[in-house]
Amino acid sequence: MITLGHMLTLSAILFALSVAGIFINRKNVLLLLMCIELLLLAANFNFVAFSRYLGQLDGQIFVFFVLTVAAAESAIGLAILVVLFRERRSINVEELDSLKG
Amino acid sequence: MLPLILFYVFATVLVAAALGVIITRNPVFAALSLVLCFVTSAVLWLLIEAEFLAIVLVLVYVGAVMVLFLFVIMMLDINLEELRSGFVRYAWFGWIMAAVVVVEVAGVVLTRKLGIDVTRGAAPLPANYSNTFALGEALYTRYVYALEIAAMVLLVAMVAAITLTLRHRRGLKVQDIDQQVAARASERVRIVKMDSETRS
Repeated sequence: MITLGHMLTLSAILFALSVAGIFINRKNVLLLLMCIELLLLAANFNFVAFSRYLGQLDGQIFVFFVLTVAAAESAIGLAILVVLFRERRSINVEELDSLKG
Repeated sequence: MLPLILFYVFATVLVAAALGVIITRNPVFAALSLVLCFVTSAVLWLLIEAEFLAIVLVLVYVGAVMVLFLFVIMMLDINLEELRSGFVRYAWFGWIMAAVVVVEVAGVVLTRKLGIDVTRGAAPLPANYSNTFALGEALYTRYVYALEIAAMVLLVAMVAAITLTLRHRRGLKVQDIDQQVAARASERVRIVKMDSETRS
């Protein structure tokens, strides 16, 4: 029988992998966006698991909205990326320092 | 027993695919690994009987978002060699972060201080239970305002994405709508008074 602990551990592993991915691929904006998608997937895993095992549907509704916002986020992110590449001919994060942050 | 075996098989595939996303240097492989991640996640959600979200995950993520990703990856001419450098420099820090997160979350899960028993299975659903029906019922009654806001978010995202990437090329022959609307008949049509011609 699949228990709540199984799902939570899996989502923790997934979350940790995507956090590691953000540190490893810190030069490539495309891979950073993909790691963020993976991060959201791990969070959604928790929502679905808790919703199922506590017998309340609200968690799944929340996942629905997270999916909506994530789709909007990646659409805008990729649009910014395309404009960025058009301007700079590169998607290297380290070259994006004109704000001197 | 069979669901547990399936869970372990698909969980292994999921973790391997996630590793593929973060380790591979080629963005196309990373995107395809991410597609595999989403499909296996959909299967796992099916296993714990969240059918509607599993289908939505495949439709929205694999069908729309990842296709968009692949489209952008193949459209951009990325210099991979330059992005590949610095991989080893930060890798150790990334793995330390991953280990810390795993230890923290596993600590919370395994000490069973969540107020709920994490080792029990889910309560079985009634035979005529429909996940899609139940979700739709909640979505269109209690959460209808949130649903409308979500629709607005998607609309704004669409407008933003189009506005950002729209490019006006110079020297292109296009209609100027303002000019067309502002045109008056008096500027365009000249009425000429003349005697009628007679057949000679």
